[in-house]
Amino acid sequence: MADIWRMIGRRLLLGILTLFVISLVIFGATELLPGDLARELLGQSATEETLAALREQLGLNDPAPLRYLKWLMGVLQGDFGVSMATQKPIAELVGARLGNTMFLALYAAALAIPLSLVLGILAALWRNSIFDRASNALALTSISFPEFFVAYILVLWLAQTGIFPSMVRITGSTTFGDRLYMSFLPALTLTLVVTAHMMRMTRAAIINLLASPYIEMARLKGMSPLRVVLRHAVPNALAPIINVVALNLAYLITGVVIVEVVFVYPGLGQLMVDAVTNRDIAVVQAIALIFATAYVLLNLIADVMSTITNPRLMHRR
Amino acid sequence: MEKQVLLTIKGLQIEGRSGDAWHPIVKGVDLTLHKGEVLGLIGESGAGKSTLGLAAMGFARDGCRISGGTIDFDGIDLRQAPEAQRRGLRGKRIAYVAQSAAASFNPSHKLIDQYCEGPVVHGVMPRKNAESDAVELYRRMRLPNPEDIGFRYPHQVSGGQLQRAMTAMAMACRPDLIIFDEPTTALDVTTQIEVLAAIRDIVRQFGTAAIYITHDLAVVAQMADRIKVLLRGDEVEEADTRSMLAAPKQDYTKSLWAVRSFARAAQPQATGTPVVSVRNVTAGYGAVDVLKDISFDIHAGRTVAVVGESGSGKSTTARVITGLLSPRQGEVLMGGKPLPSSFKARSRDELRQCQMIYQMADTALNPKLRLRELIGRPAEMYLGLKGKALEARIRDLLTLIELEPDKYIDRFPGELSGGQKQRIGIARALAAEPQLIICDEVTSALDQIVQEGILKLLDRLQRELNLAFMFITHDLATVKSIADEVVVMQNGAVVERGPKAALFSAPQEAYTNLLLSSVPEMDPDWLNRLLAARGEHA
Repeated sequence: MADIWRMIGRRLLLGILTLFVISLVIFGATELLPGDLARELLGQSATEETLAALREQLGLNDPAPLRYLKWLMGVLQGDFGVSMATQKPIAELVGARLGNTMFLALYAAALAIPLSLVLGILAALWRNSIFDRASNALALTSISFPEFFVAYILVLWLAQTGIFPSMVRITGSTTFGDRLYMSFLPALTLTLVVTAHMMRMTRAAIINLLASPYIEMARLKGMSPLRVVLRHAVPNALAPIINVVALNLAYLITGVVIVEVVFVYPGLGQLMVDAVTNRDIAVVQAIALIFATAYVLLNLIADVMSTITNPRLMHRR
Repeated sequence: MEKQVLLTIKGLQIEGRSGDAWHPIVKGVDLTLHKGEVLGLIGESGAGKSTLGLAAMGFARDGCRISGGTIDFDGIDLRQAPEAQRRGLRGKRIAYVAQSAAASFNPSHKLIDQYCEGPVVHGVMPRKNAESDAVELYRRMRLPNPEDIGFRYPHQVSGGQLQRAMTAMAMACRPDLIIFDEPTTALDVTTQIEVLAAIRDIVRQFGTAAIYITHDLAVVAQMADRIKVLLRGDEVEEADTRSMLAAPKQDYTKSLWAVRSFARAAQPQATGTPVVSVRNVTAGYGAVDVLKDISFDIHAGRTVAVVGESGSGKSTTARVITGLLSPRQGEVLMGGKPLPSSFKARSRDELRQCQMIYQMADTALNPKLRLRELIGRPAEMYLGLKGKALEARIRDLLTLIELEPDKYIDRFPGELSGGQKQRIGIARALAAEPQLIICDEVTSALDQIVQEGILKLLDRLQRELNLAFMFITHDLATVKSIADEVVVMQNGAVVERGPKAALFSAPQEAYTNLLLSSVPEMDPDWLNRLLAARGEHA
């Protein structure tokens, strides 16, 4: 057990280092963006004096390394600065949106992960059957269409007919049930997009093991095919499955931009798109950093879980 | 005592698929097994032993099908019975013990969980009883710490112990029949003894019938009441063990029996500067010393056999000599001069002097290259041969290893048999015109008759070319037939070394003695005598 904690500690330190490098990249990339923030904010009619005054106020005249350090210090204290477009603190702005994005990601994950695991296991159990082929074909079809296309098809079928709303309006008084109902279409879109990857990986990981001598041994002990797959193959296939699930969870949090725009879902992706249009650099930086953190954390969790499920790593000789 | 028939197989035919075509693996074999009887199935690889053994459970591997004949197990027709009924028999009344216990235990579950699965799922006994039963069987299989060993994962238990745990697991439902599929083939000789003794005792105690599959005659002689010899899916002959050993009828059986007859002519004591001297080498990986202060010499025209169990440091020694692993202390001399410790620092000529032949010819030959390229490469690289001269050299080498050049020169390794592939490995080593060839378990993966051919070839080449051989092996029969000198290793140290005759007739060290006495002999009473001599109960 001590080994695990040591590993988590080491990975956390590495993760922090990764995030530090990412923060440099984010800051550097936004520096490279063309255009003048002050002019963007004040419009074409602004005079040189007002522009200079605003630049001074925003600290835009400081050298880049200094501004980076100030920004980083702020971030470390939870202060992402102030949105230039709305004049609100970014932490506040992002906070609400982050909750919405996490809700949608978890919602989609709650649909997609059980679905793809069950489909993957059944496809492995009945490999080369009609079921296997059909679920593979369906999953591949849904992953092959662009997300916005899947989204509009769902809108056409399920929203035009009035079954589900095509837009998501979340206010303080929205109940949990209403949220589930309103967010169903975006969650379903995301589910369709990520299921194929996880399902095929699950199937492949299990089938890969079915030729192992211990699987033959289980069959020769008279175990039923379902038990052979569930008890003998799945535990050994967990590491690749966990990794592909983590990868898709990260996608659900960070890759939802298009889906959020299509369904006007008030999440981080939507906010990021708005911020990019408004040249609200500080907001873009904050969101990029949050996305990066989500990736790093999910990968860390996946690695720890793969280790925990492997007795060879948990119980040394 | 009247014996009841337990298993009757008649005219069994099994086919395997290659591509779209089905080809026969077992061609109409009959088999009768009585209750409590042990039948030995013996034959070379591809004889259909395992396939036949599995068919006795009504089981065919993926890509195989039972296409004809009947299998009757205690009145149940295993070919006609529904799958659910067959599944109910497997593990409960017919159990299986696989060749590699390390691979056949599920790495994700503790031994006792895997033990209890059969009895619980088949409804023989509840988990609590199964657990205490497991401890009892572990004790009978003479496993250390029988109370605790079940709560370990397979990777925490040694190979010999796993094999015994697997036999205990097969016994869990007290089956009427157990199929043992080469259960000791992957084990060292000293470990093999314990497993053989434990298996034999437990089968006798419970009066279990068994089919014991092996390619090792000496092993089957200890275990079986009757022996059936198979060749390419056909039965050659069957008789009770003693008469089979004393008077085999068929030529093929006689040839199996005679296989170990080859012995290299005794050589005079070698003198002069050795080709290679290993001097006080200590080496290892990470913080662990795998080799501890080992020294020995190899002279031109002589074979030094390095023997020991797995993990004794044999292959690591070869890595030090070839420069793949730099020693921490000590050095390797070639012709009296020290060699640079790493192969990177050695000159091309120094590299040329020392070539290797590997255990698995399958993986040691690039499957995408023709024999012409496989053998030609070293000749071109080390000796600068080109064009006609290179072609002539390749043809000479093929002739030397007794493969007809016109027929083979443009073939791929995939078009050769196992023995032929190993010959190509030899030709590739010879192409560099080395002084020393390191043979790493070169005959271990081959059938005995094929082994014989390879050993004779190596012996002839050595006499003609005055080569020095370092022969790494765990097989003492091979050592007896080909070595001039023997180096016995244990836990990374040289236990004993000396001329073969002296070492075999009067071993000085207890470990050498243990190793030598553990090699099974073709005498059915050998195991009993050995156990009696070692003071263990038989």
